[in-house]
Amino acid sequence: MEVKTEKAKSDATGVLKRIAGPVVTAVGINAHMYDVVKVGKEELMGEVIKIQGENIIIQVYEDTAGIRPGEPVINTGLSLAVELGPGLLTSIYDGIQRPLAVLVQKMGDFIERGVSAPGLDHAKKWEFKPLVKEGARVSPGSIIGEVQETNIVHRIMVPPNVKGGTVKSIKGGSFTVDEIICTLDNGAELAMMQKWPVRVPRPVNEKMNPTVPLITGQRILDGLFPIAKGGTAAIPGPFGSGKTVTQQQLAKWSDAEIVVYIGCGERGNEMTEVLTEFPELEDPKTGKPLMERTVLIANTSNMPVAAREASVYTGITIAEYFRDMGYDVSLMADSTSRWAEAMREISSRLEEMPGEEGYPAYLAARLSEFYERAGRVKTLSGGMGSVSVIGAVSPPGGDFSEPVTQNTLRIVKVFWALDAKLSQRRHFPAINWLNSYSLYLDSLHDWYDKEVSPEWNVIRSWAMEILQKEAELQEIVQLVGSDALPEAEQITIEVARMIREIFLQQNAYDAVDTFCDMKKQYDMMKAIRQYSDLAYAAQSAGVTPQQIVSVKSKNELPQIKFIKDYKPALDKIQAELDEEFNALRSAA
Amino acid sequence: MKEYRTISQIAGPLVFVEKTEPVGYNELVNIVLFDGTIKRGQVLDTSDELVVVQVFETTAGIGKDSGIRFTGETIKMPVGRDMLGRILSGGGKPIDGGPEIVPEKRLDITGAAINPYARGSPNDFIQTGISTIDGTNTLVRGQKLPIFSGAGLPHNQIALQIARQSKVPGSKEAFAVVFAAMGITKEEANYFMQDFERTGALERAVVFLNLADDPAVERIITPRLALTTAEYLAFDLGMHVLVILTDMTNYCEALRQIGAAREEVPGRRGYPGYMYTDLAGIYERAGIVKGKKGSITQFPILTMPGDDITHPIPDLTGYITEGQIVVSRELHRKGIYPPINVLPSLSRLMNLGIGKGHTREDHKKVSDQMYAGYAEGNDLRGLVAIVGKDALSERDRMFLEFADIFENRFVRQGYAEDRTIEDTLNLGWDLLSTLPVEQLVRIDRDLINKYHPKFRQAGKAEG
Repeated sequence: MEVKTEKAKSDATGVLKRIAGPVVTAVGINAHMYDVVKVGKEELMGEVIKIQGENIIIQVYEDTAGIRPGEPVINTGLSLAVELGPGLLTSIYDGIQRPLAVLVQKMGDFIERGVSAPGLDHAKKWEFKPLVKEGARVSPGSIIGEVQETNIVHRIMVPPNVKGGTVKSIKGGSFTVDEIICTLDNGAELAMMQKWPVRVPRPVNEKMNPTVPLITGQRILDGLFPIAKGGTAAIPGPFGSGKTVTQQQLAKWSDAEIVVYIGCGERGNEMTEVLTEFPELEDPKTGKPLMERTVLIANTSNMPVAAREASVYTGITIAEYFRDMGYDVSLMADSTSRWAEAMREISSRLEEMPGEEGYPAYLAARLSEFYERAGRVKTLSGGMGSVSVIGAVSPPGGDFSEPVTQNTLRIVKVFWALDAKLSQRRHFPAINWLNSYSLYLDSLHDWYDKEVSPEWNVIRSWAMEILQKEAELQEIVQLVGSDALPEAEQITIEVARMIREIFLQQNAYDAVDTFCDMKKQYDMMKAIRQYSDLAYAAQSAGVTPQQIVSVKSKNELPQIKFIKDYKPALDKIQAELDEEFNALRSAA
Repeated sequence: MKEYRTISQIAGPLVFVEKTEPVGYNELVNIVLFDGTIKRGQVLDTSDELVVVQVFETTAGIGKDSGIRFTGETIKMPVGRDMLGRILSGGGKPIDGGPEIVPEKRLDITGAAINPYARGSPNDFIQTGISTIDGTNTLVRGQKLPIFSGAGLPHNQIALQIARQSKVPGSKEAFAVVFAAMGITKEEANYFMQDFERTGALERAVVFLNLADDPAVERIITPRLALTTAEYLAFDLGMHVLVILTDMTNYCEALRQIGAAREEVPGRRGYPGYMYTDLAGIYERAGIVKGKKGSITQFPILTMPGDDITHPIPDLTGYITEGQIVVSRELHRKGIYPPINVLPSLSRLMNLGIGKGHTREDHKKVSDQMYAGYAEGNDLRGLVAIVGKDALSERDRMFLEFADIFENRFVRQGYAEDRTIEDTLNLGWDLLSTLPVEQLVRIDRDLINKYHPKFRQAGKAEG
C-alpha cells in the first residue's frame, strides 16, 4: 500500500524542460490530456494540451517570465473544472473562475501571478431549504432544495455524475457550500457545491425545438431578425460599428432570467464600463440591480492568453448549470475571434501545422462544439431551460470571408450584420437590414401570431419588402436622382426612409428608447403602414408626391420613440394623418 | 556572475546559446564583446539544451567568442521623480548630457495587467481645443485613442496641438507628457523637441528617442519603458499623464523582423500571430485605477501603409483601442487643417464624458445630427459628379451645402486655435441652423427650443 502511494507521488511530480512564452514542456509526469498541473516553484496553474513521447506540453494560465528549466511540475490529476453553487450570481471572474474582487484583495490593483482563489466563497453561509423529504427517490439532476441567492432562487441539484437513490437524510438551515446537506442510501453525500469539468457539456434529458423568441427590446432584432430562446446568433462587425454597445444592450434588456457575459480578450476600459454599469442598472422587470442575475467573466486582451482560451468554456458551463435549474440563460461571448486567436497563438507555439490564415485545423470543430452547447432543453429534472448563445466575431479588416466568421456562420442560425457604413452615418444599431437574417422566423411564427398580433407577421414581411425595394431603387437614384423616379416609387423611398429612421434606428442612450416592447414596435410599424397606405391611395387620387412627403403630422412620428406613455401622442398623430390626407385628397 | 562562451548560432537579432545552467524565461541578458562593450538582450526560449536570446541592439561585433551573462532577473527600469524634463534613448539611457537617473524604484517593464475590477471608470472630459475631437470624437481621461494617419500627413502637428492644449476644464492640473519615438527621423524628433522647448512642455515631459537609424529591435522595449515611466508618474506620484507613441507602424515592423528571424509561422502579411496580444500589452496600459489619483491617456500614432485601414496594424490597433482619429489625405489636399475625417473616426468612451455635468446636455444629439448630415452630404457628392447639382432635390442640395460648410467651418481651424467646448457646440448649432428644423430628427424638441439659434433668438426677443 505504501509503495503504491509512493509510486503515485513520483508520477505526479516532474520537472520543466523548456519554457517559451505561455507554452512549457515538462518531463517525468504521467499526465492525461487536459489534466490541470501546477507549474514551477510558484505553482502557476496550467493544463496539459499535448503529449509527445516523454514530453508533456502544458499551456500556462499565468505569465511565465523568470521560470527556469528544472523547476518542479505537479500533476493534480483533475480536469479544469468550475465550482458551481450559491455565490455565482453577481460574481466577476477571470477566465479560470478566479473572482477578480478577491484577487484585488490578495494582490492589489494589478494582476500578479501564483495566487489561487476559489470560484465560490467557502466561508459564507446560505439558508438552505429542502424540497424533498427523507425516503424520496432522486436521480441525477433532481432538485433537492433551494437557496434564495439574490432575487433569483438557486436550485440545488443532485450532480449529474452522482448515482440516484433514496434520500437517507436531508436538513434545512444555514450552511456553507461545502457542508453535507443530504445523504443518499447509496452512500453519496451531497453539498450545495458541485464541480464540473468545463470542456464537457452538462447532460440533458432532451433537446427541444426553439419556439419562443428571446425578447431584447431592440426593434431591429425582435421585429425583423429574432433569435429564439436556446438559439445561436453571431454579431460580426468591423471595429467601430457598435458591436459592443449592441451586446451590452442585449445583456441589459433581453428577457432571459440569467445573463452570463464573457469579455474575452476585450478592452479593459469597456469591461470597466460593464462592471460599473451593471450593478447600477435596474432590471426592468424586478426593479432590482441587473447584477443580481448576472455572472461576468472578464479576461481583457492583456491578461494571459491561455486563460482567454479557457474563458468561453468557463462561461458556458456556468450557463448550462443555471439552465439545468430550469432557467432561460443568455450567454454573450465578446469576442469569439479573440478566443480563436488565442487558439491560434497556442497552436503556433506548439508548432502545429496551420490551417487557413494560421488558425489551427481544429478551429471549425471547436467553434461548432461550443455553439452546440446552446439549446432549449428538457432538463434531467424534467423542467425546461435554455441557453441562448450570442457570439461576437471581429473579422480583421471587416472581411467576412475570414475563417472565424465563415466557420461561425455555418453553425449559427441568426446573423446580425453590423455595418461600419451605417455607424458612420450614426444609424444605430448599425445592423444592416439587407444582409442580416434569422432562420427562426418559421418556428417563431405562431408565437408572434398569438402574443403580438396575427397581423404582425404580415406587416413584418411588408416592411422587409419595402426595404428591399428601396435598395433596388437607390441604385437608380444614384444614377438619375430621386426626382426622376415614377411617383409611386418616390413614395416607396419616403416610406422606406421612415422605416429606417423611425423604426430601425434606436437610441441606446435614451432612457425611453433604449427598450421598446413588442406592443410598441407593432404600434409604431402600424403607424408607418398607415401613412404608407394613405400615401399610395392619395397618389392614385392625384395628389403629388411633394404634397404627400410634406405632410406635417408625420414629422412628429420620430418623437414617439422618446415618449414613455406614447399611446395618446401616437393616437393624435394617426388621427391627424387621416385628416391631412383627407384634406389633400379632397383638394386634388 | 557566470559567463558563457557557448554561442552556437547568430541569426538576425537572435543569439543561440548552448549548455547553460537553467535560465529563466524573459530574463535580461548581457552580452560582452571582445572589447568589453556590453549589449543587452532578453531570453525568448529556454530549455536544458538551448537558450534563444533576442538582442536589443545590432548584433554587429557579436561572435562565437562573445561572453553571455544571464542576470537572473527580468528587464527592470529605474524610475524616479527627476525623470521629468529628461531625454532618454530608446533603451532608456540619458542622451541629453545630464546625469544618470537617480532610481527611486526599479520596475518590471512588461507591466502587469490592471485587474478589470480595480479599474476606475474613465469619465473626465478632456478638452483638446480641436472641434473634430471635442465635438464629435470626445476624449476622456484614461482613454487610448490612436491617430491613424498616412505618410506625408500632418499627424505630428495634430499630436503636438493635442499635447499642448489638452486640459480638463475646471482642473488646474497640467498633464505630464511621456513621449516615445520609435524609428522616426531626427528631423521629426527635432520638430517635437523644439515645440516642447518653445512651449515649456519639456519641464513636465519625459522623452524616449529611438530614431530611424537606431537598432530596430530596441523599438520593442521603447514603448514599454515609456509606459513603465508613465505608470510610475500616474499611479505612484498621482499625475495625469498623456503618452504619445509614434510611430507604432515601426514598432510592428520590428516585431515582424524578430518573428521572421525565429522562423515562426507568420500570420497575416507576415506579422506574427501573437501581434494582437503583444499590442494589447502596450495599449491596455492606459486607464485609471480606483482610489488612485493619476491616470494614463494614450495617443499612439501610426501611419497606415498605403492609407489602408484594413492593414493588420491599424486593424488590430482599432480592436484594442477605444476608437481612432483618422487623418484624411483628401481633406489635407483641400488645404484643411486639421484634416480629420470624422466619418471613420470614433471615440468609444465619448458617451462617458459628455452631457450634463461633463460638457453640455445637447452634446450627444448635436454631434449625432452633424455626423448624419455630413455623411448624407458627403454621399451626395458622388451623385453630383454624375448627374450635376441641378438634378438634385432641394433637400439634397441643402445637405450637400452642409457638408461643405461643415468642412470649412467646423473641421478647419488654426494650428494654435484653442476652442472651448461651448464654442464648438455653438458652432455646431450655427451650422445645423442652415438646415430646416424638421430635418433635425435626431434632436428632441426641448433641446431645439433651447439651443437652436432661431428659437434662442426668438425666445430672447419675446423675453
